[in-house]
Amino acid sequence: MTPMEQLAHLPQTLFLADQLLVAVLLINFVMLASSRLMFCIRAAAVQGVILGLLPGIIHPFSFHIAVITVLIIVGKGIVIPNMIGKAVREVHIKREFEPFLGYIPALILGAALTAAAFVFARRLPLAPEHEALLFVPASFSTVVTGFLILTTRRKAISQVIGYLVLENGIFIFGLLLSEAMPVLVEAGVLLDLLVGVFVMAIVINHISREFSSTDTSRLRSLKEE
Amino acid sequence: MTYLFVLCPLLFAAVAWGIKNRLRPLVLLAAALIHLLSTLWVTVTPQSPVDGGWLWLDPLGRIVLFCISVLFTICAFYAVGYLRYYNKRSNRFLCVCMLVCLSAMTLVSMAQHLGLFWVAMETTTLTMAPLIYFNRNARSIEATWKYIIICSVGIALAFLGLMFLAYSTHLAHKDATLILGELIEQAGDLNKAWLHAAFVFLIVGYGTKMGLAPLHAWKPDTYGEAPGIVGALLAGGLVNCSFLALIRVYQVCLASGPEVVFFNRVLIGMGLLSMAVAGIFIARQSDFKRLLAYSSVEHVGILSIGLGLGKGATFAALFHIINNGLTKGVLFLSAGNIHRAYSSKSVHEVRGALRRLPWSGGLFMAGFVAITGSPPFSPFISEFGIVAGAFRQGQNLVGGLFLFFLAVIFIGLARTVLPVVLGDPPEDAQPSRYQDRMLTVAPLCLVMLIILVLGIWQPPFLIRLLEDGAAMLEVGP
Amino acid sequence: MDVSDTSRDTGWIPSTHIRGKRLVTTFIIHGLLVILMPPLLLGVITKTKAAFAGREGAPWLQPYHDILKLLRKDAVYSRTTSWVFTAGPVVTLAATAVAALLVPLGNHSAPVAFSGDMLLFAYLLGLTRFFTTLAALDTGSSFEGMGAAREVTYSCLAEPALFFALVTLAKMSGSLSLTRMLTFSSPSAWAGAVTVLLTAALFIVLLSENCRIPFDDPNTHLELTMVHEVMVLDHSGPAFGFILYASAMKLFLFAAVFLNVALPFRTGHPALDWLVFVAGMLAIAVAVGVTESVMARLRLTQIPLMLITATVLSAFSTLLIFR
Repeated sequence: MTPMEQLAHLPQTLFLADQLLVAVLLINFVMLASSRLMFCIRAAAVQGVILGLLPGIIHPFSFHIAVITVLIIVGKGIVIPNMIGKAVREVHIKREFEPFLGYIPALILGAALTAAAFVFARRLPLAPEHEALLFVPASFSTVVTGFLILTTRRKAISQVIGYLVLENGIFIFGLLLSEAMPVLVEAGVLLDLLVGVFVMAIVINHISREFSSTDTSRLRSLKEE
Repeated sequence: MTYLFVLCPLLFAAVAWGIKNRLRPLVLLAAALIHLLSTLWVTVTPQSPVDGGWLWLDPLGRIVLFCISVLFTICAFYAVGYLRYYNKRSNRFLCVCMLVCLSAMTLVSMAQHLGLFWVAMETTTLTMAPLIYFNRNARSIEATWKYIIICSVGIALAFLGLMFLAYSTHLAHKDATLILGELIEQAGDLNKAWLHAAFVFLIVGYGTKMGLAPLHAWKPDTYGEAPGIVGALLAGGLVNCSFLALIRVYQVCLASGPEVVFFNRVLIGMGLLSMAVAGIFIARQSDFKRLLAYSSVEHVGILSIGLGLGKGATFAALFHIINNGLTKGVLFLSAGNIHRAYSSKSVHEVRGALRRLPWSGGLFMAGFVAITGSPPFSPFISEFGIVAGAFRQGQNLVGGLFLFFLAVIFIGLARTVLPVVLGDPPEDAQPSRYQDRMLTVAPLCLVMLIILVLGIWQPPFLIRLLEDGAAMLEVGP
Repeated sequence: MDVSDTSRDTGWIPSTHIRGKRLVTTFIIHGLLVILMPPLLLGVITKTKAAFAGREGAPWLQPYHDILKLLRKDAVYSRTTSWVFTAGPVVTLAATAVAALLVPLGNHSAPVAFSGDMLLFAYLLGLTRFFTTLAALDTGSSFEGMGAAREVTYSCLAEPALFFALVTLAKMSGSLSLTRMLTFSSPSAWAGAVTVLLTAALFIVLLSENCRIPFDDPNTHLELTMVHEVMVLDHSGPAFGFILYASAMKLFLFAAVFLNVALPFRTGHPALDWLVFVAGMLAIAVAVGVTESVMARLRLTQIPLMLITATVLSAFSTLLIFR
């Protein structure tokens, strides 16, 4: 059966989940191409909300799933973007400026690596029920996109956004494994993410105060003599 | 009882948040003493798993917990004197974060569910970040940023590795699990490709946290800029926690059969690389706190070589956890004293510490002697054990390189430490009102004494603990 | 004249499911629509933009009057131009007309259909662009040269988008002929994300190839801001009429392709299908008008990014299809 035919035979919920993952991948491309920071933050928030909906869609309803869904949507969709948005407003930075890798090369590289992720995922030994789905390629592709944003951007806030995308990618992979990740651990992971972003936002604020800029290529004074 | 162990420091943290600046160090001290007493009790009594196998203080966890607890108590005593010197500054964040970190480190030593373990590790990373910035200058904010970004990304990769591990169980048994006991039982049947990928990501992730080369880039900046007490906790506490993570991964690896050979080689390789990097960068280091950071990289390398060598060297590696942790504590705290007295970290300006600060200078010197593996201090015993294990296994190249790097590092360290400690203080030095006080010196002397004693005679309970731990790690597939 | 439907395309494909007399009717209606409808699309776009601006706007049939007026006029040719300049508009119109024979309108097959005709379609459009550019360069004017350079760059970046989209459609329908590719799907087989991506990519390509905002402003009078308009600045009289008509026909063809991908409605009745088609085309014209009113033209340096986005979208849809 070709993948398209396999897709047609899936239960409705998994099909819907697959389409949402396409939206997640599109948001990756959008973030790679955009230089406006508030836009990227909102895109990451939308990505987080979509990912929060996914456990509710693919697993049968239960109290635990409902709690997780609500927590993730609130955390990734509202709290984290607000924290970063406040940091952005306080440092008066609106745009990324002269990244180490230009936007068009970054977009093309991201697209190429996404294609590579798809090819790679085909070769991995997967459980039969996961083979036709987008979860594994989407996860790898989002992790790689997060890395690209993290390493090629100058502004500290872009690096935080890259970290968020990286975490989203890892979360997608975790969706395949709900039994190993009970509510307590999921909540702990989310809490750590929240606190991490909170600390990062505060540090950004202090960086801006010390250096009058959040250009991390200026953080060069600590090195070997 | 186990829950109380973890929750108690959190309660103290909540109390510390609310009360006055002057009283906070005392709360810190109280929490540390209670923790130490509980740890000593737990170390000598056998423990059993709790709550369906999620939490269990096995011998390996107890070793790490013992080291952390003693180190924390020393730091708490030191903090009382240290914060009295800085009494104009708010110490709320310092005390609260330290207590939360203690709680998280306790959880790390107990957790048997690898997901819970990860959450606790991430918590220790995050709670230490605000403390690096205690000195409030541009260099320390830069160090904080590098620390938080690199360590967070590293830990995220470790989480991905955990996911791969869980997926390999899912493929084998349709019942994904991350509880260590179950993983060890099932390890033989797990899918090899996913297991391999999991180990790679876990080593990279937790290795970043530990500071194994080539992932050590954040260490010199962070340890160099953090205040002495934070540096001691990072180098003694967090390093041990991340080493415990590697040990847990190693346990699964051992049970999975032929994978273990690959894992051993990677550990030994990265360990030797760490020692080499440390040797190169220690040679011309003029900042004595960065020097200590590279020394930490070196010892992380030694730990990982010990783990990678396996049978014969594991006892020594586990003993080295305690030795390294305590000695690093002394070094960082005394270096902090010296830094405060001279208002400078550079070897060009700091001379004659033995004259200006007899106690701190003497302790720094003693710490240097200990950390480079000279008898009669205890690190000599553990390092000797690891080298002997290497030669006994026939890995002559590894043993030879190990000794060579140790020698290079000894020379490099001596080149910086001896000028700092010996000679006369410069006449044009800025006067600073810092003098050695009882509280900032006595705990260090006590620890130095412990290290000296351990080098000559090890108490039976400790030997038994270490043997139990080594037995857990020398189980064949 | 009942011909059976083969599942593999080998050579000439007669209409699959209609009989002889209906075949002739289909071809006649196809021809009439292709000849008569394109300027109406331009009129609808103008009216939509005027409505957004609160104006009355030019009459619906104004483009027809414009083209007929131009055909009656005399042409003026510069002394520095050669036969290329006179050939440009003629080749453009001829190639577009031939391409019109390949595109299926609505649910009906095209008059000419064979395996691989999608490539012919793409290259016929490339031919029109080539000759327009040559004619512009032939004048020796710097403005036209500038416009030609811009136009060709943007087309280079938009080609991959179009080709990836065609590849995706080919894989989905199992055929290399435009007729089959564009008429195979039905609402029930709407393959979710893939179709959405294709629609988005094809809309961007439509706007780009037909020189609409946000890629090019067809109403600007400043030569430095023009991309396509400046290339045809020196034509006059009937030649200019040909160009205007050919560009309207190109818009019509692209809109027809887009309509089949975006709205695969299939009623069984042929007459109803034609009505649905005409309504769809007018709707697309309104959509283009809305887009032009709502957006501003992108800065020239940002246009490549937009086109590469379209390419990435259609490449992604290909990836999803081949997964």
